[in-house]
Amino acid sequence: MRGRGHETVKVAAEIAVPIAIVVVWELWARSADSQFWPPPSKIVQEFNDLWVFEQFRSDVVPSLMRILLGFGIGSAVGVAIGVPLGMSLWARKFAMPQIEYWRAMPPPALLPISVLLLHSIGNLQKVSFIAFFCIFPVLLNTIDGIRGLDPTLVDTARAYGIPAHERIRRIVLPAAFPQISAGMRISLSLAVIIMVVAEYFSSTSGVGYVLLISKNTFQLGPMWAAIVLIGVIGYVLNLAYLLAERRMLAWHRGWRAATPQ
Amino acid sequence: MLEIRDVAKSYGSGSKVTHALRSISFSIAERELVCVVGPSGCGKTTLLKCIAGLLRPTRGEVLLHGEPVTAPPEEMAVVFQEYNRSLMPWSTVRNNVLLPLRHKKLSKDERTRLVEEALEAVGLTRFIDHYPWQLSGGMQQRVAIARALAYQPSILLMDEPFASVDAQTRGDLEDLVLRVRDEFGITILFVTHDIDESVYLSDRIVVLTHAPTVVKEVVRVELPSPRDQIATKELPEFATQRAYVYRLIKHDTTAPAPSTLVGEGLHD
Amino acid sequence: MASATQEITAEDLHGPDPAVSATGTPRLTGFVVFVLSFAFALVFWQAVSVSGVVREQDLPSMTATMGELWGLVQTGSFWTAFLQTARGWAIGLGLATLLAVPIGIVLGLSDLAGRAFRVPVEFLRPIPSAALIPLLFLTLGPTLQSEVFLAAFGAFWPILVQTMYGVRDVDPVAIDTARSFGVPKRERLWRITLPSAVPYIATGMRIASAVALILAFTAELFMGTPGLGKLLNYAQSYGLTTQLYALALATGALGVGTHLLFTTVERRALRWHPSQRVEAV
Repeated sequence: MRGRGHETVKVAAEIAVPIAIVVVWELWARSADSQFWPPPSKIVQEFNDLWVFEQFRSDVVPSLMRILLGFGIGSAVGVAIGVPLGMSLWARKFAMPQIEYWRAMPPPALLPISVLLLHSIGNLQKVSFIAFFCIFPVLLNTIDGIRGLDPTLVDTARAYGIPAHERIRRIVLPAAFPQISAGMRISLSLAVIIMVVAEYFSSTSGVGYVLLISKNTFQLGPMWAAIVLIGVIGYVLNLAYLLAERRMLAWHRGWRAATPQ
Repeated sequence: MLEIRDVAKSYGSGSKVTHALRSISFSIAERELVCVVGPSGCGKTTLLKCIAGLLRPTRGEVLLHGEPVTAPPEEMAVVFQEYNRSLMPWSTVRNNVLLPLRHKKLSKDERTRLVEEALEAVGLTRFIDHYPWQLSGGMQQRVAIARALAYQPSILLMDEPFASVDAQTRGDLEDLVLRVRDEFGITILFVTHDIDESVYLSDRIVVLTHAPTVVKEVVRVELPSPRDQIATKELPEFATQRAYVYRLIKHDTTAPAPSTLVGEGLHD
Repeated sequence: MASATQEITAEDLHGPDPAVSATGTPRLTGFVVFVLSFAFALVFWQAVSVSGVVREQDLPSMTATMGELWGLVQTGSFWTAFLQTARGWAIGLGLATLLAVPIGIVLGLSDLAGRAFRVPVEFLRPIPSAALIPLLFLTLGPTLQSEVFLAAFGAFWPILVQTMYGVRDVDPVAIDTARSFGVPKRERLWRITLPSAVPYIATGMRIASAVALILAFTAELFMGTPGLGKLLNYAQSYGLTTQLYALALATGALGVGTHLLFTTVERRALRWHPSQRVEAV
């Protein structure tokens, strides 16, 4: 039950509470003076030292590249497999047990295997590892999106004799796209997490690598800076995706608003 | 031109069988406008889909120019009731009308011409670059009709197209259908539950029974052409015809007569 | 009208329906296809390893891996590790639920609290829990506590967010009807708001369960907390490739098991609310 309280109080709380948390944290950390829990001011400083310019190119860029490539390839494969599976009941019945198994597999369990099979810990291994797990959210959402295709639209396509490739390109994919996009957003956050884990496990560059090295050398400053950066990367990528999605799905919003569901 | 012979459609098997259509037979001549009416749930839409080649009948056949219909024929176009689900919300009106033309062997200029002419025929030239959901219900149905027109079919099937549209707009759309038939010479099969509409539009009316459905009677409409929403409906003949069809539907007994072409003309 | 008599599915993209469909008992064919699907995959694996496309030392044959798995399943140490991972997952998930549901209800119900804590939640949520592993290693060490903390921290956020959505997404008409009948606030909460939030919470727990398992396993893999992850790390360090694959398969099975558990729970919870499907994955 939302109270009819004063709007000003709420706005004040929205601003004051985060500031209060930071202030309390700062004061406590300074007094505790533990190397494990540096105050926010120190973290910001470490962040600037480390990431703003110095190691940006050597570590942040490779990590971002891996994320984006893995996400892109995984999404493309997810859609490519999802379209035929969405359209064929028997293909789905046959493939689903496999899909359900691999989508439930905790990604780290396959890390040693991916290094082994690909004989490397370089970009190929990282990107393919990320891509593999990015397939599933997109794949499942593509299947759902296609299965939910409006029967009237299907009938219309058939009545006008529209050939298969045109149907897929101009009807099936656009109609399923809102759902596919939701899956891609999930895949994107997944890509960030998997990148961290993959780099932490075995890598010679990247944000995850920095995380590992800072642990090994017992340097808490860079470690916190890396943690914050990973959070920032996740947040910014998600935001960028939402903005892009908003433009691509403008028609969907208009249509939903105009049509009583 | 179009002949429906002993078409039956059932679903399920064994004890759970549902007979939607028991036996339907009638025919349509070129340039005719024939309406199909019947009580709710009698399978009008199922029948239309069988005729359109979207469903395969359990028995019987549909012949177009003497050739059996097994898949949606090239010269047939369909307009569905739910316009907001048959138009693509991600495309403009122009591209919606264009879609069925893309796989036809036409030049780009010809396609553009057909699209523009069709939209002009339905009076929507101004909205050619709008999105369908930006238009009212009646206008969206016009887009669907334009799409059918641009396709240049020789026969047009319409499944209760104006049921979801408000009453006044419905009148305009009915007149549009008549105009389209006159201008383009298209044969039209029009399914509706609105008896007034069926009398107003048709040359002949196919009246169906309850499920399991057969043709109760095929009534010839004796009203002058061209039809007018006010003048034609003022005629006493309109009321009599309308009452006749209404009685056919209301007093439908449980033992339907087998399908034959009965009652050419007015009964009293 | 047609939808009442004919369910038109995407299958119809391929043509008109057959006049009469005569399949065998659907459950039997479903089961057969299920078995066939796995059989096909296993045969495919064996074919690949036999053909020599990939070296034996990189990809052991299916038969060898299955043999290894069978052997593992008969050792005590495997099951101890299995249960240790399950324990870390369960405690972490349980802890997360105990914290996230009440907090989620409060933040969802109270506009003031929800908005006051919106920024901190938005800031903490995107931090991948995996990034905290080195910190936990240095502070708490390779213990059950680290594993549980990590799993709980990761599982907390999906449950929190879903609970908040669920509480806010109550049908206003239902609430207004209750108010007009004079139903007191506490009863409205108990009888309308919370039950209508249950499907969302179930969805949140399904997502959180996967997250918690991944994190518990990751803690074991990277920190050496006892469990399947630690066994995997060991197998990798000592070049026991067949065991590596067998353990990966076993972990996958644990993943499937927990996923099935919560999908069933979610489906039961959704049975009363057929229209509320929140997340597809």
